[in-house]
Amino acid sequence: MDWQAFKLSFSLAFYTCLFLIPTGIFVARIIAWKQFPGRSLFQALLALPLILPPTVLGFYLLTLMGNRSPIGQSYEALVGNSLVFSFEGILIASIVFNIPFAIQPIQRAFESIPQTIREAAWTCGLTNWSTFLKIELPLAWPGILTSFILTFAHTLGEFGVVLMVGGNIEGETRTIAISIYDRVQAFDNNSAALMSASLLIISFVSIAFIYVFNNKIARHYES
Amino acid sequence: MNHNQVCLNQIYPIPLDINFTCNNGEIFVIAGPSGSGKTTILRSIAGLYKPAKGKIICKDNVWYDTDSKIDVPVQKRAAGFVFQNYALFPHLTVRENIAVAIIEKDKKKQNIYIDELLDTVHLKGLASRLPHQLSGGQQQRVAVARGLARKPEILLLDEPFSSVDQQTRRYLVRELAQLRDRLQIPIIHVTHDLNEARRIADKLCIINNGVSLQIDTAENVMMKPANAEIARLTGHDNVFIGKVKGHDKDANKTYIYWQDKVLQLNYSPQFQENEGLHWFIPSSQVIPVKTTSSNDNYENILQGKIIEVIQLGEGSILSIALQGSPEPVQMNYSSHHTRENNMAPNSDIQLSLLGSGIHLMKQENK
Repeated sequence: MDWQAFKLSFSLAFYTCLFLIPTGIFVARIIAWKQFPGRSLFQALLALPLILPPTVLGFYLLTLMGNRSPIGQSYEALVGNSLVFSFEGILIASIVFNIPFAIQPIQRAFESIPQTIREAAWTCGLTNWSTFLKIELPLAWPGILTSFILTFAHTLGEFGVVLMVGGNIEGETRTIAISIYDRVQAFDNNSAALMSASLLIISFVSIAFIYVFNNKIARHYES
Repeated sequence: MNHNQVCLNQIYPIPLDINFTCNNGEIFVIAGPSGSGKTTILRSIAGLYKPAKGKIICKDNVWYDTDSKIDVPVQKRAAGFVFQNYALFPHLTVRENIAVAIIEKDKKKQNIYIDELLDTVHLKGLASRLPHQLSGGQQQRVAVARGLARKPEILLLDEPFSSVDQQTRRYLVRELAQLRDRLQIPIIHVTHDLNEARRIADKLCIINNGVSLQIDTAENVMMKPANAEIARLTGHDNVFIGKVKGHDKDANKTYIYWQDKVLQLNYSPQFQENEGLHWFIPSSQVIPVKTTSSNDNYENILQGKIIEVIQLGEGSILSIALQGSPEPVQMNYSSHHTRENNMAPNSDIQLSLLGSGIHLMKQENK
């Protein structure tokens, strides 16, 4: 059992969510309620990671963040080490890869809040910010929780993008999924089986939680 | 006396043309068909919609004036808005729903005030319920309590009775009248239901395509519509075209031509001789006359044939084709008498159009 890989995957998932959920709330709220030119194309762009092969996304990220790119060079000049094949590098890759998983459930949640509910809040004297805190967030939070769990679980199981951008460096970029691959390559099937089973259980529990929870919420408001 | 005025004017995207004042303690009802811009008017007053041209004054405070570029934000306008589907916050209890609109921050005082409001709308004991645990009528009351919580200077009601049953509606109408007497603020009430409008309106405004057609007492709008369009919108069928024959001041009568007939009615000197006009008669003012009785006692006796009888409970609506007239006349009559007198389609009938019920309207030059 590669505990270090476990720890790395969890912290990758944690930081991915830490960045994506607040950003997702902000962006999803705009997409849900605002009409602006290019809205559909913007949405398509955000959904792209859903269908793009991880290797394709990984390839472009590698090119974009590599040592010969302006971004990669600036990063190295500032921080001292290269962006690719580092934890920070796979964090950026993970964030990009998870955008649709973070945004879509939150967007649906905001879309399901009727416009008149917000207008009622304004006519009660609530400012936009108070309306957001007191009315919108509490109504959207099942979607936000769903988005958090999906993003977290999805990051734990990430393989292709991380391998392309981060390689397989112990303690730096070797996540649980890469460790499983690594163990299989080394004919260490016992370790691979143990880690696979753990990931399976975590994933199932997360998804099951989302379904049970959302059904419960739906029943609550219907009754 | 405070001044309350609403004046809205725009052509696009929703046509609006309305100008009215409403006194404190008065229920001003805006009635019109669906999609006629009623809700937009309320939204404009509340600050949720900004018409291209307009002026809104509430208790002498200017809330909106396109000429002097005044636009008080929705949060700062003391308007209580009761939305059509109530728009209660589904995750908050009744108490919390009302608390959202209360400015007082002291919890103790806040709770006392909420209890008062709940008492006003007869909802005591339901403070800890969630909206989905309430009936339609109860939800409507919470919405009213929430609308009142800010101590508004105007109350805006958007079809507040549309999703409650008849019995609850009667209760709510009575409560609204009590509320009006107590609050002494203008209440603007929007509805598509003319019967409801008639029952509760101190002043009634008929609106179509965003344009206000007549503003008057409910009685006057219903019985003396200003033109044929209003007569039709208010549900009158017997609207016809005629021409003034002449006046007889001594007899207190005016005579009009209609088709090949002459009808007499109450003296109406505001119409010129030979002036073309619309006239209408409420179907309750058309009565059957037995052929055996002396015609001298009745005005405007006409012969016709029944073409349709629609029985609706205790009352029936009869369509009658008159001799020499292409347009049928509608008559209300009790179902019992309709049956008793064998009034069936194709049978002959003699009618009297009561002169006091005939109302003349200017022809609009459009």
